[in-house]
Amino acid sequence: MYIIVVGAGKVGWNLARELLEKEHEVTVIESNRRRYLTVEQELEHNVSYGDASELWVLERAGIQRADMVIAVTGDDEDNMLICQVAREKYEVERIIARVNNPRNKPHFDLLGIKPSVSATDLILRLLEHEVPEYGLVHLLDLQEEQLEIIEMLLGKDSGVTGRRVGDLEMPEGSLLISVLRDGKGFVPGPDTVLEVGDEVLAVLDPGHEEQLKDMFGPSGGNGSGNGSG
Amino acid sequence: MLREGNEVSCLDEDPESHARLEVGLDKGWEDLGGQFTVGAGLETDALVAAGIERADAFIASTDGDNTNIVIAQIAQRRYEVPTVIARILDPLRAEWYERQGMHTVCPTRVAIDMLEGAVREGLPRGAGPSDGSAEAA
Repeated sequence: MYIIVVGAGKVGWNLARELLEKEHEVTVIESNRRRYLTVEQELEHNVSYGDASELWVLERAGIQRADMVIAVTGDDEDNMLICQVAREKYEVERIIARVNNPRNKPHFDLLGIKPSVSATDLILRLLEHEVPEYGLVHLLDLQEEQLEIIEMLLGKDSGVTGRRVGDLEMPEGSLLISVLRDGKGFVPGPDTVLEVGDEVLAVLDPGHEEQLKDMFGPSGGNGSGNGSG
Repeated sequence: MLREGNEVSCLDEDPESHARLEVGLDKGWEDLGGQFTVGAGLETDALVAAGIERADAFIASTDGDNTNIVIAQIAQRRYEVPTVIARILDPLRAEWYERQGMHTVCPTRVAIDMLEGAVREGLPRGAGPSDGSAEAA
């Protein structure tokens, strides 16, 4: 897959590193010259210098043939518009945008930028999972969201550990988007084998939460006798 | 536009810009019927306080292209303001968003056209290259 990552901050750099390790083709675009030079020492030709808000910078990075654009800069307007242009002008099939300020989340929704990922939301949702009666999440205006993102910690008794992601029968309308292992995040491929202690992020249409919880929880995972091997 | 009898409301992050509005006016901005709100254009509270819900026209002209494009779309889609105009310095994106149905004004484009026109005017008749390479002059 050819993936363009915009922003070479901590998130972008580590994401690129993991994607390259998974043998994806990656170009990271960074607009800060100093940061670019730092990252370039490691990522070499996989990082490109320029402001991805400008169309020619995206075109130089080969956006016409990109399968996915991930915008993780520290600026929400940039992330929104880069994804909007990627999808609507260059017809990139998959986009992911980072939300820095959760108050901007409705703007991402309004512009149809989905999925958008906000660390604050993730933590609040995690809190809600850990402490179900925790009410803070409802203080945020989340009802307009079209998607949910949940995080699950795979325990010793999880039904999916030791299994390939490609073999999991994920409920329709749900997708594993990343695995956090030993403090690092990566996007799982079909051959990724889930391990005890993995924190799995899934994006889903509302309403599949319980199904996924069952599946990834104790002795879930499609049962053991479905022959998927 | 205020002088023409329109009701004008300005939203700016910098409280000091209020003073700039009054330069050359013989009365205060508010005395003349103007409104001024301090806040960021992406904050919906600020937009509402500035009266976006009853606006007939909305102009996004901050110094950032991206901010203008986002706010213009918010004004268009969320608040359904009948006339929305965005200032976009980047000619390529101004052109694309214009094609997407956004009313844009690109000062860079306007300046290029004016400069080009000025160069052509200065050239003796017939001496102007016909291939548009006047920009390089």
